Amino acid sequence: MLATVAICPDMVILGLKQRLSGHEAKDNRGTVEFMVSVSNGADEPGFVRFQNVQKSYDGEVLVVKNLNLDIAQGEFLTMLGPSGSGKTTCLMMLAGFESATHGEIRLKGERIDNVPPHKRDIGMVFQNYALFPHMTVAENLAFPLKVRSKPKAEITARVKRALDMVKLGQLGNRMPAQLSGGQQQRVAVARALVFEPTLVLMDEPLGALDKNLREQMQYEIKHIHDDLGVTVVYVTHDQSEALTMSNRIAVFEDGVIQQLAAPADLYERPDNAFVASFIGENNKLAGKVEAMNGKSCAVRLTDGSLVQALPVNVAGTGEKTTLSLRPERVRIAPPEGLANSFDARVEELIYLGDHIRTRVSVCGNPDFIIKVPNAARNDQLAAGETVRVGWAAEDCRALDA
Amino acid sequence: MAQAALAPAASSPDPMARDMVTADGVPLKTSLKRAERRRKITAFLLVAPLLAFILITFIIPIGQMMWRSVDNPVIVAVLPQTMETLSDWNGEDLPGEETYAALVADLATAQENRSVGQLAIRLNYELSGARSLVAGLARGADELEAPFREAVIDDNRRWGEMQIWTILKREGRPYTTAHYVSAIDMQYNAEGELVRQPSTQRVYVQLFLRTLALSVAITCTTLLLGYPIAFLLASLPMRTSNLLMIFVLLPFWTSLLVRTTAWIVLLQQQGVINELLVWSGIISNSGRLPMIHNAVGTIIAMTHVLLPFMVLPLYSVMKGISPSYMRAARSLGANNWTAFWKVYVPLTVPGIGAGAILVFIISIGYYITPALVGGQSGQMISNLIAFHMQNSLNWGLAAALGTILLTGVLILYWVYNRIVGIDNVKLG
Repeated sequence: MLATVAICPDMVILGLKQRLSGHEAKDNRGTVEFMVSVSNGADEPGFVRFQNVQKSYDGEVLVVKNLNLDIAQGEFLTMLGPSGSGKTTCLMMLAGFESATHGEIRLKGERIDNVPPHKRDIGMVFQNYALFPHMTVAENLAFPLKVRSKPKAEITARVKRALDMVKLGQLGNRMPAQLSGGQQQRVAVARALVFEPTLVLMDEPLGALDKNLREQMQYEIKHIHDDLGVTVVYVTHDQSEALTMSNRIAVFEDGVIQQLAAPADLYERPDNAFVASFIGENNKLAGKVEAMNGKSCAVRLTDGSLVQALPVNVAGTGEKTTLSLRPERVRIAPPEGLANSFDARVEELIYLGDHIRTRVSVCGNPDFIIKVPNAARNDQLAAGETVRVGWAAEDCRALDA
Repeated sequence: MAQAALAPAASSPDPMARDMVTADGVPLKTSLKRAERRRKITAFLLVAPLLAFILITFIIPIGQMMWRSVDNPVIVAVLPQTMETLSDWNGEDLPGEETYAALVADLATAQENRSVGQLAIRLNYELSGARSLVAGLARGADELEAPFREAVIDDNRRWGEMQIWTILKREGRPYTTAHYVSAIDMQYNAEGELVRQPSTQRVYVQLFLRTLALSVAITCTTLLLGYPIAFLLASLPMRTSNLLMIFVLLPFWTSLLVRTTAWIVLLQQQGVINELLVWSGIISNSGRLPMIHNAVGTIIAMTHVLLPFMVLPLYSVMKGISPSYMRAARSLGANNWTAFWKVYVPLTVPGIGAGAILVFIISIGYYITPALVGGQSGQMISNLIAFHMQNSLNWGLAAALGTILLTGVLILYWVYNRIVGIDNVKLG
């Protein structure tokens, strides 16, 4: 998606305008501006840019600590983190409902710190949808157009198109309370898009839906984003949601972005122990670096065993480190020549259909998880027996302690 | 199969339920009824004391009051023979000798058992001077001799006029509309036709209208003053808003008389506010503002008294409005004012509705504050009802006025329900 935007941005923009307004965009200001940003390449500041942003509510604790973040046009960026990590505060500062204590926020290169929310031209989808309960679905969608004093015919046409976009064409006359959670969610998305905002923010929009519906809506929002090419900043604490939908994910913790990367990178190559444990399942082994030799290092664990690992976030010999290892990268009965190979005691087997979650005791860690695929040859494991397990050095990442 | 099942369903409501039985063979419906009965009885017993209380202290007295407004026992009871002879009177000429004879006989009996007074008072409501007319005739009734017609007319010439007889014929029934006729400023003229009272004697219609106007004014002022307070209370943090809420509720904790007296102290000609204004030179000593013992005084004092009834429902509704609605409106491009007017205010309509109907209905029947600070122009209909109950003792008229007021409130309530919808009203 990111690549598409970089190659033919004006096509995407025109596509968006055509879809929503049904006629060619008459002002080519946006297009020209974008051409400039493309010609400047990497030096050009991002479409949305946080620069040294800090936020404190009480003057004692910083909720957001020195945030620097560039978001490209057309990107789907997710702010992911546990509650209280500062991600929603960042979103609220971007929307204009909170002011930054320090630093600046730019949208299309212009500072927006002193622009009131209604002039920022940012669409927002709220956690509980915030559909106006006294208006019908159509009136809700017409609201942003009415306050912009659009002609009546245009409002009707655009509302209809937006309803069709979220597949709710027949429900324009319903009240929000008469809709199901998923339908309300779609209306909220349509309302945030109907006035063609420069940017759309979503604050945990799927939090109130049940699991199946949530997954379905993830794809729908993703497809709408792909179709319209609109820039989306999405906040969630659900890592699978973030992995499914995003171009890039910013992992927040303690008011700091721990890692900003594409979903695959985040999962495969976490920078630090927090990201490794927050994204996906993860086995941790604590130890000390004993030797560094280029692309690998030897780590002495607390129980004395020596593990070959990939140095990612360690300073040098003698440093404490946490080894991070994905459960699906551990092999049972490893072939000869694998860098790490240990005896493990099977503690527990949990049958999960497609795989068997096996808890073993290895290298002094009694909670070491291995995902054993449910294939014919793997059914002989039993609790209490000892097996040989092993993993490659490059799958075992040495991170900060 | 479905067709076959549908055919018997037309005759009996639910064939499935009829056939269902519990494990021991009792029909399911019977079993369910039995199980529900105990719960229903318990529920009824819980509300029974309140039900009895309301029935005895509220419903029955109201019924009695409404009955009293049409009840008319006196004339029939005191003048039984007269009424009998009047029953086939044509109403065009004076009644004949036998009617006068019956009247004299009735009055003589009444004089003996001391019921003339009631009759005199009752007839005086219909015809001024009727009291002395009746009382005078009754005093000498047992000395009069035939021919009675001449003798009676000789006693007082007005017995020879049509008017008194028309009234007797009209009111000589156990039920009357006379109280309602007076309550809407109408009267019967000498010919027995329904006409408006002379303009100097019209009281009630104007008073009803004034009561309505004052109540609307009070509802508006409480809304104007209460809305910002409720908004502030709902948006402040809990601790501060609790403190402010105490100030709002303070009127509830002090005696109504104390509060009203305090307003007299503040608002009177030599009162605190006038003195301050004179002292600061804003008004001259001769131009002191009349703020009490008039409609203004009633509005000010009653606004103060009724403000909590507006603030509390508004507050409870506003407290439930998520701030994300306003945020959503603003993010969609509405400025503060539009977001407030198009989104916030419509969401508070249930609170406005509840507050307005509470304040309006309480104020339309309010008595004590207008009585104390209302003066002449600040009186409301309830003050006149009280006057007829306590001073003039015309309970029939008081009951008619009360019934009209009650009916008016019910009609307004109905209209309100049609426009706003009573299920749209939220009290807390």
